[in-house]
Amino acid sequence: MRVRITFTKQNALRYIGHLDLHSLWERAMRRAELPLAYSQGFHPQPKISLAAALPLGFSSRGEVLDVRLNENVPVENIAKQLSENLPHDIKILNVEEVDEKLPALQTQVLSASYDVKLTEPVTPSELKRRVESIMMAESIIRERRGKSYDLRPLIEMISIINEANGTAWLKMTLAAREGATGRPEEVLSALGIEPETTLVERTRLIFKE
Amino acid sequence: MILVINSVRITKRLYKKLFLGTDLRRKYGFFCLISTNLRGINFGLSLPFSAFILRYNKKMLTAEQIENKLNRILLKVQKPGRYVGGELNSVVKDWDSVKTKVAFVFPDIYDIGVSNVGLKVLYDQINQREDALAERAYSPWFDMEDLMRQHQIPLYALESKRPLACFDLLGFSLPYETLYTNALNILDLSGIPIHSVDRDESHPFIIAGGHAATNPEPMYKFIDAFVIGEGEEVIHDIVNVIQRGKKQDEKWSRFEVLKELAKIDGVYVPRFYETTYMEDGTVAYTEPTIPEAPKLVNKRIVGKLPPPPTKFIVPNIEVVHNRVSVEIMRGCTRGCRFCQAGMITRPVRERSVEEVVEAADAAIRSSGFEELALLSLSSSDYTYVKDLVDAISKRFEGRKLTVSLPSLRIESVSVDLMEKLKQHRSGGFTLAPEAATEKMRRIINKYIPDEEIIKTTTDIYARGWTTIKLYFMIGHPSETLEDVQAIADLCKRVIAEGRKVAGWKVKLNAGVSTFVPKPQTPFQWVACDTRESVLEKQALLKRELYKDRSIKLSLTEPEDAILEAWLSRGDRRMADVVYTAWKNGSKFDAWKEGRKYDTWMQAFAEHGLDHAFYTHRQRRTDEVFPWEHIGAALRKNFLFQDFRMSLEGEIRVDCRLNCFACGILPTFANLRRENPGEEWKCPEVKSPARKVISETVSSNQLRVVGD
Repeated sequence: MRVRITFTKQNALRYIGHLDLHSLWERAMRRAELPLAYSQGFHPQPKISLAAALPLGFSSRGEVLDVRLNENVPVENIAKQLSENLPHDIKILNVEEVDEKLPALQTQVLSASYDVKLTEPVTPSELKRRVESIMMAESIIRERRGKSYDLRPLIEMISIINEANGTAWLKMTLAAREGATGRPEEVLSALGIEPETTLVERTRLIFKE
Repeated sequence: MILVINSVRITKRLYKKLFLGTDLRRKYGFFCLISTNLRGINFGLSLPFSAFILRYNKKMLTAEQIENKLNRILLKVQKPGRYVGGELNSVVKDWDSVKTKVAFVFPDIYDIGVSNVGLKVLYDQINQREDALAERAYSPWFDMEDLMRQHQIPLYALESKRPLACFDLLGFSLPYETLYTNALNILDLSGIPIHSVDRDESHPFIIAGGHAATNPEPMYKFIDAFVIGEGEEVIHDIVNVIQRGKKQDEKWSRFEVLKELAKIDGVYVPRFYETTYMEDGTVAYTEPTIPEAPKLVNKRIVGKLPPPPTKFIVPNIEVVHNRVSVEIMRGCTRGCRFCQAGMITRPVRERSVEEVVEAADAAIRSSGFEELALLSLSSSDYTYVKDLVDAISKRFEGRKLTVSLPSLRIESVSVDLMEKLKQHRSGGFTLAPEAATEKMRRIINKYIPDEEIIKTTTDIYARGWTTIKLYFMIGHPSETLEDVQAIADLCKRVIAEGRKVAGWKVKLNAGVSTFVPKPQTPFQWVACDTRESVLEKQALLKRELYKDRSIKLSLTEPEDAILEAWLSRGDRRMADVVYTAWKNGSKFDAWKEGRKYDTWMQAFAEHGLDHAFYTHRQRRTDEVFPWEHIGAALRKNFLFQDFRMSLEGEIRVDCRLNCFACGILPTFANLRRENPGEEWKCPEVKSPARKVISETVSSNQLRVVGD
């Protein structure tokens, strides 16, 4: 049985990396006594795959993983058993059975949406000006790990949300395909905003139909 | 409470083996570069820090303010997961609904401290109370400390994120002496005065326990009260006193609370004692200055081991030990003369097979860990070890669990036991012969003939393990270069014999550590080897063993052993040295990133003391030790006889076979009477209870008499 789980990752767990999150799920599933399927070989590993790595420091309300079980278990039971065995900062949003034959989860991600809260406010008009200028740009050449690349085609959408109290924050959707991933902190730098003064939350992953 | 074991060798060895596992230095070697860079910055920042302490003492940061500040720095440090808590099975209680707040502190990094079994036990004990809560704190690594100081974030507890200074009680675990400077650093990072006398009613009580408390004197200025011995019961007594002292109608002063603490069995409040010295610098006597403080503070033990903890904190990041540990037995009857743990954790008390298996099962279920460690100082001596192994392998069959059973005797039976526990033999097999000549084996009272070692190692290779790890110890004053040569020869022979049965793939890791004489052991009288002599012995081993590709030799830095040696047997004057060394930048003394031998030498010089007096001096037979008023329930005469026997090369057999009257039974006769039967490995006490028992073991004057 192949099961797809959508979950949140918040607070303290923002500081837990991708590999650690993987072991966290392994242990949670063992605690929940789910009939995990293991890989073959000398060091059998449970078949759990996370859709897309979430950068350290970001929270999320829409992470997705697939897990394979040896026996069929009603999805409500999976949700219940897991919820009782997860740390506080992970909450299960949805559990569903998916077709065993679907391609690997990681290959199906197209893009990801983020909410970006600013702890050092920028005036809405100034923010609007900066967003417009990068959205109008033909290309935004940036450098990462010594290689230059064009950030512009990786930005699918940026919008400004104005609050009643005069502050503003951002929503953005960036490409998250294998080999073509837009990073929110790169976009923020391009906007002239220090990434460390922001709180970024991934809100959802968008998959191929 | 069993905390970790002492001497350097044991820090490096049993400590890692029992509580840690992998070789830390190797694992974290990459930190070295980074921290060297950071330390430069750090010094610049340490000085103005005292000004900032004053500021935040007046107005403490709230948990929320701390969290906001953390959010800005955590992404700049390595492994931020160390500093955020949120682990499964950690206990977050409502702050305002409990009377007493305790924070347990392990003064090393999270990666090491979080798996400590001793603190785990105490954390559970306190959190089971409705009127108290327990949280945890660890030393921040260099990078985090720098940022915390820069952003004025006080050290906080992981559960509530409240500053440590808000708690009523801080309980430090001091399993080994190289954590002393870290303990001071933690007080400083918390904005708590370093010296006990500078604290007032607004500050938490600072208590400490663990094996290093066997000689608390080098820390006497900084710790308000030490717990001597096992902590499971005494921690409640301490919390109760603090609660009584806080009652509105009574409102005791800090001094009154300390006086009350001094009355508790097993609690040592150093400010109520004074040491007088002889002209030659040795101790004349240490005496209480108030009637409430006992002349001799004997260790506290539990008559029956309480149920082992079953709710293990599951770290969200990789730490040194991601595993469930169940203590199967406390104490050891072997009587190896170098081993402080074996001396000070007597009597041997065993848990039943059923209790161990049930606790292990419950803990594995509630943690999801993939590894189980069955801990004791000498697993082979656990009476029902075979039944235990059978029960464990049956219970966990098919559950993809790695089970480790450390500290096995060198005999083929151990190989049978390991074979039953291991699903595949990918890991190594560890044995500790310690010495390689008959002479040295007799001196240290760990006698295993060469033939037995070769037979066992060959058997291990033949049964499919490819790597064996052997532990040796160098540095005893009676040791010659021939004794060291024998270690090299034995290693070569193990490989040669192994190749005959398993071919060229066999490997041997030889871990050779340096002996540190420890208080409350038969070797408390002997000198620690000099740096030059240790280097000469190590050079010989390198020359002999580096050629062979199948043998990997690991050695400890001689400075590490020497540093531990002066801290272990230091007196009260050492406290100033510790303080000065810390102030000048010493911390993480057990780490190569922290080691600052020169700083220590300067600190000695500044206080007009000579480190060799503590390290390399053979003690007079009638010497009064700085720890004479602290009792591990071992008669000084028993230890002295054992010391004399070592000089004669005489063996003392396992004390399960023959009681040598070490002092445990007279001290704990009542406890033994209340706990009859085979759980204790000491003879039963049938005589009716006597009134004054403790006097039998307080022997300030040494009388040398035969048994």
